[in-house]
Amino acid sequence: MAFKNQFKTDGFFPGLGKLADPDQYHEPIQLDGVRMETALRFIDKMIQIRCAEETIANGITSGIVKCPCHLAIGQEAIPTALAPHIKDGDKVFGAHRSHAHYLALGGDLFELFAEVLGKEAGCSRGMGGSMHLISKENQLFGTVPIVGATIPIATGAGLASRMNGKNEVAVSFLGDGSAEEGVLHESLNLAASMKLPVVYICENNLFSSHLHISLRQPADSIARYADAHRIPTICVDGNDVAELYHAAEEGIRICREGNGPVFIEAITYRWRGHVGPSEDIDVGVQRKDGLAVWKMRDPINRLWRAIETDQGSTSERLDAIWKRHREECNTLWQKAVQADYPADQELLDRVYTNLD
Amino acid sequence: MGKKLNYGEAICSGFKHLLANYPDVFCLGQGLWSPWYVGNSMTNLEQDFGKERVIDSPVSELGCTGAGLGAALSGYRPIVIHPRVDFFLLAVDQLVNQAAKWRHMFGGTVSAPLTVRAVINRGGEQGAQHSQALHSWFAHIPGLRVVMPATPMDARDLLISSVLCDDPVLYIDDRWLYDLTEEETDVVETPLQEIGPIRRKEGDDITIVACSHSVKLAIQAAQTLSKEGINCDVIDLRVINPLDIDLVCDSVKKTGRLLAVDGDWTNCGLAGEIIAGVSEDSAFRSLKCPPARVTLVDAPAPTSGPLEKIYYPTFEKVVTVAKKLVNDGL
Repeated sequence: MAFKNQFKTDGFFPGLGKLADPDQYHEPIQLDGVRMETALRFIDKMIQIRCAEETIANGITSGIVKCPCHLAIGQEAIPTALAPHIKDGDKVFGAHRSHAHYLALGGDLFELFAEVLGKEAGCSRGMGGSMHLISKENQLFGTVPIVGATIPIATGAGLASRMNGKNEVAVSFLGDGSAEEGVLHESLNLAASMKLPVVYICENNLFSSHLHISLRQPADSIARYADAHRIPTICVDGNDVAELYHAAEEGIRICREGNGPVFIEAITYRWRGHVGPSEDIDVGVQRKDGLAVWKMRDPINRLWRAIETDQGSTSERLDAIWKRHREECNTLWQKAVQADYPADQELLDRVYTNLD
Repeated sequence: MGKKLNYGEAICSGFKHLLANYPDVFCLGQGLWSPWYVGNSMTNLEQDFGKERVIDSPVSELGCTGAGLGAALSGYRPIVIHPRVDFFLLAVDQLVNQAAKWRHMFGGTVSAPLTVRAVINRGGEQGAQHSQALHSWFAHIPGLRVVMPATPMDARDLLISSVLCDDPVLYIDDRWLYDLTEEETDVVETPLQEIGPIRRKEGDDITIVACSHSVKLAIQAAQTLSKEGINCDVIDLRVINPLDIDLVCDSVKKTGRLLAVDGDWTNCGLAGEIIAGVSEDSAFRSLKCPPARVTLVDAPAPTSGPLEKIYYPTFEKVVTVAKKLVNDGL
């Protein structure tokens, strides 16, 4: 039978290849085009995020943290590299694993701890917990755990940006699991057909909860969905903060200039479980063998080795950064533990806007 | 005498008022450039206000509702239009999980001034998936204001109040009301928080409570009943979440009889909620007989014409039940 148009069922879009192979990319990253001052800011921020996550993990283990926490240890580079390109007026939306997004954008560490503990001093006044973070003064407009839910919301923020004509962009952080939700397709179609300034950043850590991507999708690249919607894609090593920095700069530039949406896929790996503090090596296939090798692609270690190559920095200097952040985390954690819970009446007072 | 507007024209006049006076208002939804989708309720708006502000969307209920929320969080007052409630169900996550909870879960620091307009479009043998109302479902959700206008001027003014409210609002209008006419009055911008139930007809014998199209049935029934010497107090709820039951309770204290009429299903529905609200109030002691409700038959909407006649509440059914309550006590 001859058809007028015959399509192949493979080969439309390349798979992740080496990026999904944990034996690759263990070497120090290349700092080309990233100023040393910026690299040092990155190492500082990524260590802050990891220390904060470890502090929260300890809080879960000790039982003081009750709310579900999805830790971003191992994935610190992606929001860290994005943050310098975000300007006032931009709008960033996260998902369930967003502590790193919040901190990278400049969210207050004490308010994160207080929020995770359900305290009035938290960034969401203790009403949201780990999964509902906001820091509008730092352009983080909200994070929510319903998978894929912020993808259309960020798309609408992009629509607002296009309407107000101020060259603002919207950013949607999403995971590989959300590509299995229909709303990603709806949103990409909307953004592409309306030429909305939205940067979709997929943090592809190859797992959705316990299930590896090979058991969920016929191919491992998420960018292929964007390509199907005629959206330009950039696929990068999500544990290489320098490559990410350039990708985010390029993606945001394209959007800001009014050329419509961009899709960045960053390949990474989470070190802890889907939720909670453990390494989660017993809940899913392929996880146990992979984790130790994936840790060789540690974004912090690869950046620090690059800095050392350039600066000849000593390990004492690195130790001092870790020590400073650990001490700060301990101090702020204790302060958050002591802080007050929301008053009882807030349960009702915050449901609707009150007329003054 | 002012000009008469029908319900559909009145909605359109509300859109015009909003689009003309509030640059942060825009509309997004399916069929907005076609008269085929939303009757006469949005005719030519895209010509008067531009296709940038009256946007005909792809077939993506969830994506568009989420986009409306995102724009609402970014300084706009979007109205996302779903020409049928049934199709709007594809978008429920964005209204129920997201918009309704946004303010609360972020500590009361942010508002989500999103209005979703969903249209009840039923009858005419359209069947199970082209006929639903479902307002009781949505009225269950804290943080989501649910508005059900019964008259043309309410259809206009409550649309305006909904869009100007800083909270997410589900505004539901009913195609069965589109031919209802009323004399046009000046627009009054009232904060939605201040809008509650009103008495549409005064009477001492029985309280009939309704919203939206059911108010029309209640008034028709009351007119018939008055000829038989039965005087009905008809209460139009207008906003069904948050629900203010005070006027209903006051009325029951006067009449001693309660009939709830609702174009939604019985179980866990609005009619039951009205009866529960009265039962928890001291008005309960004034009841001379058990309360009653007239609702949809608890089945999916049929397509067959004769079955449709059984399925929907009618003013004749309201008359029958009201007479039973007044004459027989049940």
